[in-house]
This record gives sequence, structure tokens and C-alpha cells, in this order.
Amino acid sequence: MRITLQDVEYRYQINTPFEHLALHDVNMDIVSGSYTAIIGHTGSGKSTLLQHLNALLKPTKGSITIGDRTIESGRKEKHLRAIRRSVGIVFQFPEHQLFEETVEKDICFGPMNFGVSEKDAKDRARKALEQVGMDEEILEKSPFDLSGGQMRRVAIAGVLAMEPDVLVLDEPTAGLDPRGRMEIMDMFYQLHKERGISTILVTHSMEDAARYADEIIIMHQGTVFKKGTPFDIFSQPEQLLELGLDVPDTVRFQLKLQKELGVRFDRPCLSIEDLATEVKKAMERGNR
Amino acid sequence: MLDKMILGRYVPVDSTIHKMDPRSKLLLVFLFVCIIFLANNLISYGLIGLFTLILLMLSKIPIRFLYNGLKPILFLIIFTFVLHILFTKEGEVVFNFGWLEIYDGGLRQGLFISLRFTFLILVTSLLTLTTNPISITDGMETLLHPFKKWKLPVHELSLMMSIALRFIPTLMEETDKIMKAQMARGVDFSSGPLKERIKAIVPLLVPLFVSAFKRAEELAIAMEARGYRGGEGRTKYRQLKWQTVDTLLMLSLVVLTILLVLLRS
Repeated sequence: MRITLQDVEYRYQINTPFEHLALHDVNMDIVSGSYTAIIGHTGSGKSTLLQHLNALLKPTKGSITIGDRTIESGRKEKHLRAIRRSVGIVFQFPEHQLFEETVEKDICFGPMNFGVSEKDAKDRARKALEQVGMDEEILEKSPFDLSGGQMRRVAIAGVLAMEPDVLVLDEPTAGLDPRGRMEIMDMFYQLHKERGISTILVTHSMEDAARYADEIIIMHQGTVFKKGTPFDIFSQPEQLLELGLDVPDTVRFQLKLQKELGVRFDRPCLSIEDLATEVKKAMERGNR
Repeated sequence: MLDKMILGRYVPVDSTIHKMDPRSKLLLVFLFVCIIFLANNLISYGLIGLFTLILLMLSKIPIRFLYNGLKPILFLIIFTFVLHILFTKEGEVVFNFGWLEIYDGGLRQGLFISLRFTFLILVTSLLTLTTNPISITDGMETLLHPFKKWKLPVHELSLMMSIALRFIPTLMEETDKIMKAQMARGVDFSSGPLKERIKAIVPLLVPLFVSAFKRAEELAIAMEARGYRGGEGRTKYRQLKWQTVDTLLMLSLVVLTILLVLLRS
């Protein structure tokens, strides 16, 4: 499912003394089956942007095309349910949305809202729970008896069970331990690869963006500052650092080597293996 | 969705009213609410209207914003007006359409009550619009101080109030967040049959309560960790300062009261 934004502008609390411009002149095209990472400071408009992707917010100017529906500013929109079904959002700290008595009921809540039968929903709940790496036996437990990390997984399962075509992730691993982070990020990547789910990841972690994304979009002060493949983006690390953004550790290491030892690199390395090979090459060059 | 709400909201603008001492503002509002009942003819209502208008001008709150925020209450005002017209049967008949008779007494009553209502709402919302919540509770605490003699837990009350006020925006934000999360899971809060809509509130309320309780506990721990143990011997960082403006406005209120008493018919 393709999502296209055209000249999108969004103002909060329009026509009040609190009015404030959150997004302006945002243009982007998210192709079906792609993995896009959106990076930016807090307050750069990332979260506002992602709420447009399933019409939770409507632009105050411009238009958004989601699949075959176009949402335009100033028009009353009805029947947004189809959009909400096909674009699933995992919000920041999704465990806050749990409310049912049992884990099973909570996971079934989304699918059943979209007209899935109870039996099918239960099947989906089992499958989704397995995907997030949890045991079936917690299905009958209350979600409020689980640990924070488990609650997070259950909440994510609740979104996966909707079987969306597009998955929007807003810092899905914030506050998790390193191992849980890896597991969850890998799980999303696997889903993306196996089922061709378009994934949009909002993150602060440059490592994640570099490792998983096909395209990186950098947001700055409410608009798109730069977009490109991870290679494009990280081949000019100085620009990112100037904005106060981070670069992956591997790139930072390259920069340091360049500065301290004068080693020249032809390209940014985005994984440790890659970095090791490049360093080896550079050393061999130096020995000769 | 809750963007337009102005009840209990603070609008930071630089104005005379904003700079006033919260104590005088509280007193002003309290006395205003009392003396508005003195008015019983057109001239006295006009006078109160003028006073309200001056306060509004001094506060520099955009009129359009005020109007938008009070729109929901407009319905209530019109409703009372219509009720009075229909059911007060005093004085002479002004209109007569078969079964419907409108008396001039009803018209008068309706007009006065709606005016009273409007002025009351304007002036009381002016208090919260121009005073930040902390100042309100500060002022409240000082004003209620004498009642400590009669074992009124003044400090605890004002602390409760400031915590409540402090968390209104936080809870609103939280509500908005949870609503969006559930909307993304297919809940429809704004359309559908009434029964469905009431059912849709459960997925909103449960998480909201859970997080409110958690927050309360965290806050209590944080306060204890910072050594809070009640109001005994506690000094204030923000000192309240009574200025000339405060005296002037209180005086104007006294003048208004005298005029209202003299104008009574």
C-alpha cells in the first residue's frame, strides 16, 4: 500500500492563542513494501506526521493519499475504518492502551472491531503472540499482571493481529532492555521481509535506522530536511552532527580514525563486519 | 478535540489583570458573584456589563477565543431564556399566538437571568484565564489562613487543589493519546449508535484510571523523596505582592457595589 503526502501542513489548536505550526511543506512518497525510518529531534514533527498516516489527524493544508483514499484538508472524512485497518500504528509505550481482563481479549479487540469473527480473532491472537515471542499460557492472564516488557509485547501483538498492510512504529523499543530491543526489532524486520508489510519506523536510534531501513527521512523543525538511502545519509555525517543528531557508532568510529590517524574511507560502514573489512583494507594500504 | 475548551485554562498574556495579585483577583470574583444579585433593573445590569467589559479589555484575552470557548455554554443561556419566556406569567401580555402567551415580566426575567449568567461565567473564567493555577492556590491558601484556628487543613486543601489543577492538562494529554491508540485499533468514538459509543468509553477509561493511579503513587514517592512532610514551617518561594492596581480594582468594586445598592428599584 502506497502512502503519498503532498504539501502537508498541520497546525495544532488552529484559531486560538495556542496555535502552533507542527508540520509544513511535507512531501514524501512511501512505496509499497518499503522500510522507511523517520529520524529527528523531539519536537521535529515526527509524531504528528505519523498520526497523519492513518488519518488520526487531518492536514490543515495539503493532501495525503493512503492506498486509494485521498484525505484532503478542509473536507469532512467519514468511514476511516478501512484506512485504520490497513495502517496499524504501534504508539510509543503501547502498553498504556491495554484494558481488557485477559491478554486474549485484548489482542482480539482490534481485529474484532474490524469485523473479524471471534474464532478467527482468537486464532490470530495465538499467532500474534507467537510472533512477539510469548507463550500461549499467558492468554488467560490479566495484562496488568505482566511485567512491563511483557505488556509491551502483548500490546504489539494486539496491533499485529489486525494484520495491517502498513505498520507504523513509534519508537517501539523505548525503555526496553538491549536484548528485548533486538528481539522486537528483528521480529518487525522479519515480518517486513516475509509478508512484504511496508514498515515506517520512527526512531532515535541511528543504529536501527542504518540496519533495517531502505530509506531514511530526516525531519527538522516540522519539515523534511533530507531523505535518501542509509548510505547517502551517513556519507555526510558532519551534516547530521551539526543538526545535533547522532550517527551510528560505526560511522563515528570511522570519523575518529580519519581525524586521529588520517585514514581515508571511501564509504560509510553501517555494520561492524563492514567496518572491520574496511579497516583491514585501509591498514593493508598503509603497510604497503 | 479538546482544543477549544477554555474552562480552567490559563492563557499567558502580558496584561494588567495578569499581573494582579491572585488574592485580589479571588476576592474580586467572590464579591462580584455576590453583588451581581443586587442588580434588578436595566441600568444596574448595564453597569455590571460595563464593569465586566472593562475587565475583559484589561485582560487582553482575544474576544474571539473567549467566544469560541464559551459557545457550549451559550446553549444553556438560551435555554434558560426560553424557559423564562414560556413559563413566567407576570405583568402584561406582549405577544399572543393562540396558546402561546408571552408576558413582559417573562421577557424581563429571561433577559436578566441570562445576562447574570453570562457575566458570572465571563468573570469567573477570567480568573482562571489570567492566573496560573499555582498562583490561584497560593492566593487561596493565604486567604484561608485565618480559618486554620478552627482546624481547617488549609495547607492540605490547597496542596490537593494545586495537584488537581496541575494534572488536568496531563490527564487531557493522556486521554488524547489513549483515544488515538484505540482509534487506531478501530474504536469509533464520534459516530454510531449511542449504545456503541458508551461501550467505546471502556477502552478509554480503564487505561486512564490505571495510569492516574500509577501517577499518583509515583508523585507521592517523589514528594517524600524530596523531603515533603506537610505545611508546618514551610516558607514560600513565590511571595505574593499587593500592588496599587489591586487596591484600585478593589475600590472600583466597592464603588460598583454602592451604585448597585443606590440603583435598586
